[in-house]
Amino acid sequence: MDAIILQILNGLDKGSAYALIALGLTLIFGTLGVVNFAHGALFMIGAFCAVFVQRVLTLSVETVDPTKTDFLGNPLKVKTPYVENWFGHDFGSAIIDWSVPLSVLFCIPVMVLIGFVMERGLIKHFYKREHADQILVTFGLAIVLQEVIKAFYGANPIQTPAPEMLSGVATLAGGIVYPVWRIVYFCFAALIIGGVFAFLQFTTFGMVVRAGMADRETVGLLGINIDRRFTIMFGMAAAVAGLAGVMYGPINAPNYHMGMDFLVLSFVVVVVGGMGSLPGAVAAGFLLGILESFASTTWATTTIPGINQIIIYLVAIIILLTRPRGLLGKKGVME
Amino acid sequence: MFGLNKKDSALLLAVAVLTMLAPFILNPFPTDSGLAQFNAGYPDLMQRFVIFGIFAIGFNILFGLTGYLSFGHAAFLGVGSYSAVWMFKLLSMNIIPAIILSVIIAGLFALVIGYVSLRRSGIYFSILTLAFAQMSFALAYSVLTPITNGETGLQLSLDDPRILDGASTTGSLPVTSLFGLEMREAVDMAVGPWSFTFSVGYYVCAVFMILAFYLAIRIFRSPFGMMLRAIKSNQQRVSYTGLNPRPYTLAAFVISGMYAGLAGGLLASMDPLAGAERMQWTASGEVVLMTILGGVGTLIGPVLGAGLIKYFENIFSKINDNVLHGWFSFLPDGIEDFIVTIIHPFVGKGWHLTLGIIFMLVVTFLPGGLVEGGQRIARMFRGKKKTGGADAAKTEAAE
Repeated sequence: MDAIILQILNGLDKGSAYALIALGLTLIFGTLGVVNFAHGALFMIGAFCAVFVQRVLTLSVETVDPTKTDFLGNPLKVKTPYVENWFGHDFGSAIIDWSVPLSVLFCIPVMVLIGFVMERGLIKHFYKREHADQILVTFGLAIVLQEVIKAFYGANPIQTPAPEMLSGVATLAGGIVYPVWRIVYFCFAALIIGGVFAFLQFTTFGMVVRAGMADRETVGLLGINIDRRFTIMFGMAAAVAGLAGVMYGPINAPNYHMGMDFLVLSFVVVVVGGMGSLPGAVAAGFLLGILESFASTTWATTTIPGINQIIIYLVAIIILLTRPRGLLGKKGVME
Repeated sequence: MFGLNKKDSALLLAVAVLTMLAPFILNPFPTDSGLAQFNAGYPDLMQRFVIFGIFAIGFNILFGLTGYLSFGHAAFLGVGSYSAVWMFKLLSMNIIPAIILSVIIAGLFALVIGYVSLRRSGIYFSILTLAFAQMSFALAYSVLTPITNGETGLQLSLDDPRILDGASTTGSLPVTSLFGLEMREAVDMAVGPWSFTFSVGYYVCAVFMILAFYLAIRIFRSPFGMMLRAIKSNQQRVSYTGLNPRPYTLAAFVISGMYAGLAGGLLASMDPLAGAERMQWTASGEVVLMTILGGVGTLIGPVLGAGLIKYFENIFSKINDNVLHGWFSFLPDGIEDFIVTIIHPFVGKGWHLTLGIIFMLVVTFLPGGLVEGGQRIARMFRGKKKTGGADAAKTEAAE
């Protein structure tokens, strides 16, 4: 029993990431009808927001401490981050320690801005073109974004550690030992997903967007500027992907191609969940994450070797062939 | 000629002549000049040009004619490579059986994957092929290690059985050959400051590419090709006419899979090792880039695209800061440094960035790729002449 719960928990953190990315993908697809291959790159840029904030916070001033000497007998050079100088040692180091959660605040406006620029500058011109063209141009954009990040931060993964308070392990009821940050990540993801759904469900803006998703033309005829609202939704989807990336940093050190790795899986998640269905994307994200973690147990890998590597694709193939609309897909979307 | 009309024969002839003379054409700069690093006429790169040309021609038969965008074509290339290397290990170092086997195995593989994937179309087809390719990649990397040798990649070794010519294996690893003609044999020719290399391997690949190109022309012009185009333009209407499109698309898928297998087999024949990374989806993405850059649905486009990308990958990526400083040394120091810093991210290791930007521009503004670009330029010139003539006539009339 414990083992089963542990596997479910293990699946939750990856599942949360899948669910968040898939949610963003579905938002974009459901509103604008665009298949966005650059969404993984947005996730990656989010993760690098955390790297950027960390770098900025640890910008240091170098002073010579005459009272101490290093091992060669020269006066010791001490690097003090500016924040420690400004806010005092304790508070400053606490800020640096909490750089990942803090970068969430930085990430949201940046990602929304990137989303706006992307939609207005590029995607807008591809509404009327084939899905294949949309895939291709966003694929090209993904390469460009990835290379830009690589040009700035290099090809090696960069550690973004979690705050010390949240980086240990917790012992849950039943004696299960589990890293705290993963629990935080799951809660964070649940919060965001809940927030997005609540926004769509309970605000006037969300209602208009849902109406636009159902019938764009009619909403336009009612005198509502639906294009602008969809652009805002694109920004929101980008922010969701970015937030998923920021908080994923401590679990997996950000590197420039992490987006591509997640992208393929998230597409599979979207297809399994049903193209254009938001609950489907979230459900499929968690489901596949948990399935993957069950397939990685020694019992599964000894029974069917290699199952942990292919389970997600296998499920996707079976679902696509037997239930082409996906788990919760609606009729008439992309058929 | 060979059942082609005049225009196609001319195209085939041009391609044949260009590939045969490639060692000259790709080496336009004397070896000791500063531009010598732009010479692409060394065997390894020329082989890649033609091999990936074959790969892209095959991909274009599927994507260009039927419009089905496969994101998993590299799997067939990888399978072809593996089967060729196994043939070298088990049977003989002759490349003919290896290539035949790699084409057949890749074809069978494509038959299975295509049969399943072609049940869906559009984005679902892309995702299905992607899923299959990623599955093959993951399996080749982990569980199938006895067959694929996992991360290290499949290589030749001295104690391989090699039934047909095992006895001749002595101290060093044998090399691939075509009935005794070794693939890596090459003749250097020096003409003044220029030097040209003619390698056996390149010419073998080139012959295969010309054959593949010829076959592609025949497919494009055949009733079968017309059928595929019909499916691309309106699949529903094809079904309404009482024709079942599935066998046609499946045939196109298998043919393009076999092309990929041929390319994989040739890659292994030139350098007998095969690794799983050849099957990764980024490799599939690369062939998509090649085809789109060159021109989808055109005959010559994919070959051009393949050449361009491989040229970028091998030549553009070698331009480093020293070279840039060399080029701009005539400028004052400050401006020189400034220009070098600006260009730096786009060349050398950052060549992918340039590629991505070019690709986006092509998809946005030039959906027909380089071929369409060429046509537009040609039309512009022709158009100018015509309007120029009209203007002249007008002025004459006025006088």
